[in-house]
Amino acid sequence: MPKWVDILLIPLINLALALFVSGLVVAYIGENPFEAVAILVKGAVGSPYGWGYTLYYTTNFIFTGLAVAVAFHARLFNIGGEGQAGLGGLGVALVLLALPWPHWSIALLAAMVGAMAFGAFWAAIPAYLLAKRGSHIVITTIMFNFIASALLVYLLVNVIKVQGSMSPETARFGVSLPNANDVLPWVGFPRSTPLNVTFLVSLVACFAVWALIWRTRLGYEIRAYGHSEPAALYAGISPVRIIMVTMLISGGLSGLMAINAVMGEAERLVLDPVQGAGFVGIAVALMGRSHPVGVFLAALLFGMLYQGGAELEFERPAITREMIVVIQALVILFTGALDNMVRAPVERFFVNMNKRAA
Amino acid sequence: MDLLGVLQILDSTVRMATPLLLACLAGLFSERAGIFDIGLEGKMLMAAFFAAAFAAFTGNVWIGLLAAIVASLSLSLLHGLASITFRGNQLISGVAINFLAAGVTVVIGQAWFDLGGRTPALEGAGRFQEVTLPFADTLAATPVLGPIYAELISGHSPLVYVALALVPLSWWVLFRTRFGLRLRAVGENPAAVDTAGVSVVALRFYAVGICGILCGIAGAYLATGLAAGFVKDMSAGRGFIALAALIFAKWRPWYALYACLLFGFLEAIGNRFQSIELLGVAVPSQFMQALPYILTVVILAGFVGKAVPPRAGGEPYVKER
Repeated sequence: MPKWVDILLIPLINLALALFVSGLVVAYIGENPFEAVAILVKGAVGSPYGWGYTLYYTTNFIFTGLAVAVAFHARLFNIGGEGQAGLGGLGVALVLLALPWPHWSIALLAAMVGAMAFGAFWAAIPAYLLAKRGSHIVITTIMFNFIASALLVYLLVNVIKVQGSMSPETARFGVSLPNANDVLPWVGFPRSTPLNVTFLVSLVACFAVWALIWRTRLGYEIRAYGHSEPAALYAGISPVRIIMVTMLISGGLSGLMAINAVMGEAERLVLDPVQGAGFVGIAVALMGRSHPVGVFLAALLFGMLYQGGAELEFERPAITREMIVVIQALVILFTGALDNMVRAPVERFFVNMNKRAA
Repeated sequence: MDLLGVLQILDSTVRMATPLLLACLAGLFSERAGIFDIGLEGKMLMAAFFAAAFAAFTGNVWIGLLAAIVASLSLSLLHGLASITFRGNQLISGVAINFLAAGVTVVIGQAWFDLGGRTPALEGAGRFQEVTLPFADTLAATPVLGPIYAELISGHSPLVYVALALVPLSWWVLFRTRFGLRLRAVGENPAAVDTAGVSVVALRFYAVGICGILCGIAGAYLATGLAAGFVKDMSAGRGFIALAALIFAKWRPWYALYACLLFGFLEAIGNRFQSIELLGVAVPSQFMQALPYILTVVILAGFVGKAVPPRAGGEPYVKER
């Protein structure tokens, strides 16, 4: 089977199936699916305002998608991005509230360290339990999502809330990241869009993950372990080390998502700062075939869906925001779970073609 | 706290434990047959919506229950299609089902009722009524035993008794029948079952189907027994707590009952008190909410007894050629 079929054709067929079924749902609730797509696309990329939000969401999903993708390379399913990103938000808030930061660039670097450290820490416990005690990583990371959520609620309500304030949120940070309007004034992003320099950080992260997985010894070991644990063991690769290191990187990437949402957008820690982005990362990584380029494209698609979906709900109130969750579910279903349904016939088709050609 | 207060908490424990128990037994059948199911949450949610919707349409809670079972069963078949027929990843399929239910229930709910994803409030025959067991009223005056019988044992919705009856029934089916033996074998060593001439695919589909029916009852109880109608995301992580209970119970029916009662008790306490004093330390309610998850992690880590899942769990069966 040619390579382009594997990395391009099959994901596109899967995506088309997911969108087709979504279209059926839209038609069922009595709206025109083609009109819906037109509104969605126009809302997402039809104006600098739309782009500002689309790329803001894209930034979130790049981080959480990369986090899931890195773990997939070691055949670890890190479903705990939601909790790791939440803890990352806590790290960001603690760092930014600890000192009066003189300049945003220094604050950004410090906050990144905080976000990665807290995110990695939250991934480290399930990783350790898998590596040393054999606990199933999917179950433990799910449990850690709930524990993280309870922990954040507790801290926000009882510990780090502003004294005397009713709402469970921290004080505003003293620094704010440059908005897209500051960086690229000639494009005309409105001030109100939350797009900020974190987008550039996410692009750097894409490149860094590519370099790590395909250009370093560690990346090779991660992939080797993912392909076959016995073979990796035979080659002298320590499973404990690979599981720990991979999950630390994965958790750190999830944590970085908080830079965008907590430092870049909200500028304070609020309840549920992650808003489901950790779960979108699963769909993004599956669609992107765990490759940074694919993750970027899939994140952009989901960014468009999130922003366009908001516009769609505004124009057509019958199509609620949850329609995006349906599309997300169908993408995960078709690209992840039902992949063989498409793959097997396509493979057969190309094998027959080759036979005939030969 | 007086006897009545204690009884009220225990009564609430039974109510809270019921959906957990049903979902937990559902997971038990599926996972014992080697199909991991993290989609219990989604199936319950879908069932809760359809139960409430059809009970609202027809005013008959039994039709609601039937609709719930059909809805949950179709998601189960989707899970079976993905993970048995097409040998996809069972965990990914489960994740997809959870999102599908979270989205579809609100999208369709908005289209049907236009109430922001809720269903109309159910009343009368649209809900499961409390069953008063014989002599509950006459015996209520008896000291101690009377209130226990009247308050705690009597006066629940029929599905509570169904859930409790399913515990011994599940045990009997899994450990005392030929079907149960085969079902457990297919979760441990499917190749052996295949060699014996029994269809692995059919057995796993049966297991997934039973799982769907039980999740359907669990969801129906949520929307038409515990509450009076559907609200968005009303399963609120119960599917995952049921999963936790299943691990806590080490995939055994009687232990599942104890685990669900324990987690139901934690929920009942958490609902009643904002924070509780324990040995002079104030325990925050968030800690009570997180406790089932923390306990599960501890159990999974094998610090307190080792939880070993069915050996072939999570792996699609490929016949050797």
